[in-house]
Amino acid sequence: MLTQPATTQSLRTLVRSVPTVDEVAAKERVAALGKRSIKKESKLSALRMVISMMDLTTLEGKDTPGKVRQLCSKGMRPDPTRQDLPTVAAICVYPAHIATARAALGDSGVKVASVATYFPSGQVSLEVKVDDVREAVKAGADEIDMVIDRGAFLAGDYLKVFEEILAVRAACGDAHLKVILETGELGTLDNVRRASAIAMAGGAHFIKTSTGKVSPAATLPVTLVMLEAIREHHAATGEMIGMKPAGGIRTAKDSIKYLVLLSETLGSAWMSNEWFRFGASSLLNDVLMQIRWLETGRYQSPDYFTKD
Amino acid sequence: MSRIDVRKTAKLYINGAFVRSESGRVYSVEHADGSAVVRVSQGSRKDLRDAVRGSRSAQTGWAERTGYNRGQILYRIAEIMEERRDTFVDRLLTGGMSDDAAEAELDASVDRLVWYAGWADKFAQVFGNLNPVAGPFFNISAPEPTGLVGVVLADASPLLGIVSRVAPIIVSGNTAVVVVGGPRPLASIALTEVLATADVPAGVVNIITGDAQELGPVLANHMDVNALDIVGVEPTLAAAMTRDAAENVKRVTVEAEPQFMDEAAQSPYIIAKFVETKTVWHPKGV
Repeated sequence: MLTQPATTQSLRTLVRSVPTVDEVAAKERVAALGKRSIKKESKLSALRMVISMMDLTTLEGKDTPGKVRQLCSKGMRPDPTRQDLPTVAAICVYPAHIATARAALGDSGVKVASVATYFPSGQVSLEVKVDDVREAVKAGADEIDMVIDRGAFLAGDYLKVFEEILAVRAACGDAHLKVILETGELGTLDNVRRASAIAMAGGAHFIKTSTGKVSPAATLPVTLVMLEAIREHHAATGEMIGMKPAGGIRTAKDSIKYLVLLSETLGSAWMSNEWFRFGASSLLNDVLMQIRWLETGRYQSPDYFTKD
Repeated sequence: MSRIDVRKTAKLYINGAFVRSESGRVYSVEHADGSAVVRVSQGSRKDLRDAVRGSRSAQTGWAERTGYNRGQILYRIAEIMEERRDTFVDRLLTGGMSDDAAEAELDASVDRLVWYAGWADKFAQVFGNLNPVAGPFFNISAPEPTGLVGVVLADASPLLGIVSRVAPIIVSGNTAVVVVGGPRPLASIALTEVLATADVPAGVVNIITGDAQELGPVLANHMDVNALDIVGVEPTLAAAMTRDAAENVKRVTVEAEPQFMDEAAQSPYIIAKFVETKTVWHPKGV
């Protein structure tokens, strides 16, 4: 736990109190869990759950209002030929496209998530970051995905990282805050675990692996470590924190491995889009293809699914 | 001291790699004279799925190569086959052919590859056209590859059969996933090793040994397969596959009793069976 107000010393104490991670064991554990055989019925319901947990994302320089509207219709009705599939959890866009997404989504229940704080690098002053967040919230974002200052974290300036998260959380108001650790830049699983602790202490509703702009993005071992951090935080404070692996999850098979990991680490209380999200763009079509394969017995082709 | 036998495992050829079947299954292929038994990987539904995936990603790149380059690669396959004459003849003899028949089968296979190699940069001129239209336009029809072609060779001529069907398919820029059924697929397996060393890009030809009865319908049902070549398959199964192929309107050819030594087994019209005609209009004059 963190003493208030935080100081450089108290942040160091927090970081030191974080247990170290056995990297080999983490890899072994995810490899073992990844081998589970999942039967057809369970697979179908898992895939539906994956859709409902998806933050369908487009974060590109070439994003246009048309592209965003198209993504929104895909999110509201993932497979136009059927009505029985759930909607995705949210559409994730750059701040400039929040209004477009908001208007397109209407009262569908799909949330608008926006990256902010000078995504993806976060290399800008705190004032600019906070303004970025305020504007995004004003434009109608339900959820804010912020990036931590990895430079400061790696330089050991944990207080700066922490205070930025605090400030951004304050600027969020009612919007939910997801804190992106960008684990691909943190180097070690120990760092991932430490950054998770700082983010949760700073008031994150969700902790998120990656921006999707750095490789490696989300991986199973990193996700396991973050889930374990959430479990520990929950045990110590009773507070539930959400988890969002993002980037690099492209196949339905992979997404199910993440669900197994979630179920085994945090249990069924976390198995909903309130507490778990997938940040992805191309995953949705693969999930739709797998659902149709399971239902028809015909291997599917991307030719017959809408491109987003 | 006597040596221990070093025997080769006969594997599937999927996306440029030699793999055992995902299912772990094998079946026994006996030498015609009963002298030895070879265990051959028996492909499964998931092996086919993997092959289609690899073949799909290879298709665009293969089609984008020039016809001239594809012709060179087909010729290269022929060159290497000729060089490995003894191996092929041995496999054919193992399958129960007579010496003369095996030599003739190999000669015909190599010649056929060379023949189709020549067509690589010529079939478009034959099957394409500048159409006369009323109006100031050029109207050009040109053949384009259909895409990914599934080939099911039930119990066909072990070497000439596969060459006769695969060469005209890939020469235009299609890729092929080939199911080789029948009791003696050893020459087809020898062919995979030639393909792997003949500059044929990974995924362009995939060869899966196994049971046509089991694997044919998987290929016929696969939505990412664009055409189906059903060769030497018994009529009930061929009819069922043709029906399944209708789901995504695959182009289907059925050859019930193929005679690969016949002159008709080698024809530019076989290339034409696996191309689509694209017609474009272009304004003429200023």
